[in-house]
This record gives sequence, structure tokens and C-alpha cells, in this order.
Amino acid sequence: MRETVTTMRESIIEHKKALSYNELTDKRGGANMKKPRSKAISNLWKYRYLTLMMLPAVVVLIIHSYLPMFGVFIAFKNVNYVDGIWGSPWAGFDNFHFLFQSDSLWRITRNTIGYSLAFLVINLILSVVIAVALNELRSRFVGKLYQSILLMPHFLSMVVVSYLVYAFLNPTQGFMNTTVLDWLGIDPKFWYSEKDYWPFILILVNAWHGIGIGAIIYIAAIAGIDPEYYEAAVIDGASKRKQILHITLPSIQPVMIILTILQIGKILNADFGLFYQVTLDTGMLYPTTDVIDTYVYRSLLELNDIGMSSAAAFMQSVIGFVLVIVTNMAVRKLNRDQALF
Amino acid sequence: MSAPANAKPLNQISTGSNVALNAVFILLSLLFVMPVVLVLMVSITDGDALLKSGYSFWPEKLSSIAYKAMFEDYGTIIGGYGVSIGITAVGTVLSVLLMALFAYPLSRSDYPYRTFFTFFLFITLVFNGGLVSRYMVYTRVLDLYDSYWALILPLLIVPFNVIIMRTFFQTTIHPAIIDSARIDGAGEVRIFTSIILPLSVPVLATMGLFGTIAYWNDWFNALLYIESEHKYPLQYLMRRVINDVQFLKTNITIAAQNPEMMSKLPDQALQMAMAIVGMGPILLVYPFFQRFFVKGLTIGAVKG
Repeated sequence: MRETVTTMRESIIEHKKALSYNELTDKRGGANMKKPRSKAISNLWKYRYLTLMMLPAVVVLIIHSYLPMFGVFIAFKNVNYVDGIWGSPWAGFDNFHFLFQSDSLWRITRNTIGYSLAFLVINLILSVVIAVALNELRSRFVGKLYQSILLMPHFLSMVVVSYLVYAFLNPTQGFMNTTVLDWLGIDPKFWYSEKDYWPFILILVNAWHGIGIGAIIYIAAIAGIDPEYYEAAVIDGASKRKQILHITLPSIQPVMIILTILQIGKILNADFGLFYQVTLDTGMLYPTTDVIDTYVYRSLLELNDIGMSSAAAFMQSVIGFVLVIVTNMAVRKLNRDQALF
Repeated sequence: MSAPANAKPLNQISTGSNVALNAVFILLSLLFVMPVVLVLMVSITDGDALLKSGYSFWPEKLSSIAYKAMFEDYGTIIGGYGVSIGITAVGTVLSVLLMALFAYPLSRSDYPYRTFFTFFLFITLVFNGGLVSRYMVYTRVLDLYDSYWALILPLLIVPFNVIIMRTFFQTTIHPAIIDSARIDGAGEVRIFTSIILPLSVPVLATMGLFGTIAYWNDWFNALLYIESEHKYPLQYLMRRVINDVQFLKTNITIAAQNPEMMSKLPDQALQMAMAIVGMGPILLVYPFFQRFFVKGLTIGAVKG
């Protein structure tokens, strides 16, 4: 995964190499060097099949990604169904004005960023700890077995997860109320109407769903560490603890940094399924579970408030974009090699 | 993923820590599978036992009535399965094909427009128009509301996976192979189909796996774009059932002609049986493919 990221940056460097490679081949070809313009045209013709190959995906990207990018102007319109998207009157910043005046903005921003940060820190720590621990197990076989089990939740959709959570939290028959709280002698709780518990529930569910896949990335990174470091450390008499602290963790630090940047870039994008489906979209829980994505969805499809939802979605896109650029710049200042681009 | 070579007998943790570590992992593994087991147990618990002692790992009385009711009239579930299988098959094949066609030219160092197209792809990774404008494009501009294409299109191109494929092509397929094929008179299309694709089976299989999981587990796009009940994919059907178990009950018409069965049918068991029927296939096959999945995650890391 880290390599994927770094190769993106490298592609630009490689491109420069490729350019000189092109010139080289063209020199060999000779004829193309005479007129630069005809070179561009002949290139277009020479590589027509490669370009044609890319076309279907380009069309999909245009439809799925680029058209919506240009569609952000909806946020500045007062869309009504009679005039359509194009014909509706411009609203200037009215939609944003309404959004800033509502109480929702503070709530959804706080929840989104708060959960993202909590998920980021907790999943990072747990994934790394599990990866390091799995790597130290004496038996490779049981290590793989644990790894498979921890990975299992990753393959379950959030709808399935919502069933699993519901089996525990169902107020009348759920396992928590009828068994766990019963044992502890605590009165049953109406989980789906008590908002204060949900930050913990969601963090737990998210960790359950995400640390298996997180650990695997770090296990792969640990597997890539040169064994000679450990051999040298053993000769120098370093304990296991020292080896982990001074070899394993520093070696996987670049991966940790890259993944963290990617996460920070997505800090305003919550896992819609987790916040919408696992909470069963319960109104009483909104104070602690409503995030930008669920708010945008609800405003758009349940309240039909295109103005508000497009304004919120616009803010999310723009701030998300700025965050990616800024975090990347910050990392590039720290260490050029680890930046995304 | 190859086993790290640093696990040498000399440099192992002490037996005590090994036992302790194993104990922690066994406990953790149990915690991880517990919810699935609970749902399974509830789905086979008798209605009276559910009322009396709630959901339990050791039900007092077992009953298969939920499954009987569900399979008595399986139309709804088979329908959901059919849509999910169809979308997953078409979507995955198209996705792998389109991504390979896009990634291959990007991997060619002599292709003059690769920077442009890399940038074209990169933009979609860092900036998106957001849900509202995407919804408007899908429903108003493309008129895909309630169309299966609205379920396929959104997951076709995953920029990250395209980069993984490009890296694979770059590192696995030596330019000399392409050159020699060209000298032998093969055109670009021929080179792609007869040389690149056969040499790239590992990455194609991995992407197929990623695509299959993504399409099979997708319900968000159905939530946004699908209205007709007969077009519900399985995951979305499950979502309907957890929010409204009556939806499934009213669809089980034959069972309704059997009032005794219907009266004994506990809502919760029926719901949880739905969950089991829905997640069953993935739980059954994931132990076999997770190895390839793990390999796939690191496939982009193979560097020349």
C-alpha cells in the first residue's frame, strides 16, 4: 500500500525519464526530429491504440468523478424541481448562510472530526500492536490463523454489522440487557435511545471492523524489514523489547505516516454505513452520531433540502481537498521521501 | 506474503511470553467471532425461549422455524441473491477489464500521454464533487434512477487499484518482451491480449477479488438509486428487513397460508436468519480467498 502511494509520486519522476527515453528513441528514428509539430501528430497516431484502450475508463471517470466536480455549482443555486438544475435561480451564498446559521453545522463537524481522530489513533495503535505481536508468535501457523479471524469482519458489509450490533443491543432481548447487565445487576438500558454510549459503541465497532486489515498492512511492512538488522541486534545483545522499539517500529514508521496522512486527508469523510446503518438511523442518537455524510444524505433524500445538503457537501469536498494538500506539504517538509506527491 | 526470515530459533520470545501472547490472541479471536455466533444462535432459537430469556449463546430450545418459513417461500431471497450475483459478476468483470485497459498504457514508459492520464486519475483521488452533485448527475443527467447501472457504475474504477495494476505491469513485464512482440509483428491490441493479460493473472485475480467483495457488500448505491423491490440486491434487502421485519413477513405469502406456522414465527429469529442467509456465502468462502486478498494488498509493493 505504501508502495502504491510512493509510486504515484515516482510516476512524475519516471515521466521525466520517459521523456528523455522518448527523445532517445526518436533520435534513433531520426525522421521525427525535424518538425516538432509533426512529431506530436505522429505520436498521436502511433499510440492511437493505447489511447483508445484508455477511453472506456476515461468515460467512466468523467461520468462518475468529473461531472459531479463541475456539479458543485448546485451549492450556489436555489434548486427547485420546476426549473430544473440548470434553470433554477442563483442563490449566491444563501445556502451556506443557512447552513452556518443552523445548529447542525457545529454538531456534524465536531462529530465527524472527533470520530475520525479517535478511529485514526485507536486503530493505528491496535493495528501496530497486533502486527508486532503476531510477528513475534513462535508458531507461524497459529499466527496466520489469528490473522484470518481478525480479518473476518472486513468482509462483512455494514448491514451485516448492524445485525450483529443489534443482536447485542436490542433493548428487550439483546445479549447485553438480558445477560451481561443481568449478571452485573444493572438495569436494562435502551441502547438505541441513549446517545451517551454511542461514541464508545461506534469506536469499538469500528476497531472490530478495521484492525484486522490494518494489522495486515503492518505485517507486510514488518516482513519487508531486512533480517540482518535483527541478527546484528542479537549479536549486540539487544532484548526483544529493544529490537521492537529500535528496529521494528522505526522500520514501519514510514507506512504509519503515509497511512495517517491519507486518513487525515479523509478526516471529513465518515464511514456512512457505520453512522447511518449501525445506529439504525435513530433520531434520538443524532447528537452523538450525526456526521457530515449522514446529514448530507438525510437533507438530500429524506428532507429534500438540496440547498443545505449541497452546501455541506461542497464544504466537505473543498476542505477535504485542502487537507490532503496541506498534510502532504507538511510531510514533505519533514521528509521528502514519505510525501504522497 | 512470505514469512519473515527474522523468526529464527535463536531470536524467539520466551516460552512464557509466547503462552501469554497466545492466550491474548485466543481471547481476541473469540471476541471477534462472538457476534456472528450470537446471530446464528438467535436464528435457531425457539420463539418462547427468545421471549423468556432473550438472545443467548446457549438457547433453551432450538427451532428451525425461521429458516423453514424463509425457504417455504424463497422468492424474495432468491431475487436478492440473483440481483447481487448478477451485479457482482457484471461489475467485477467490467471493472477489472476497464482498469487493466487504463493501467496498461500508464505503465508504458514510451507512452507520451501517461503523465496527463496519471494526473487525470490522480485528481479523482484527491477531489470529489460530493454526494449531492453525484446524485444529481446520476438521477438527472444520466437518468439512472432505479437502474442496475447505478449499482455498477460507481464501483467500476478505483483509482488506487489502477495504480496498483500499473505498478504491477511496470515491474513484472519487461519492456523487452513488448519490444520483441512488436518486432514479431504484433499490434498493441494483440500485445495486450496475448502477452500482458496472461502475464498479469495474479493482479487481475486480486482485482477481481477486490471487485467481488466491493460489489457484493454494496448497499449504499441501492439506498440512493434503487426503488423497485425486485431490484433490491441482497445487502439492501437485509437492510430493509432489520428496519422493518414485516417487509419480509408479508413477502412470505405461502407461510401466511399456514397460520399455525406464522403465529409461532418469531420476528427476531426471522431477522437473524436473514442475516445468516445474507452473510453465509462470504463467511464460507473467505477463509479460502483471504490468503489471496492478503497477497493482493502487498502486490503493489513488488518492485523491480
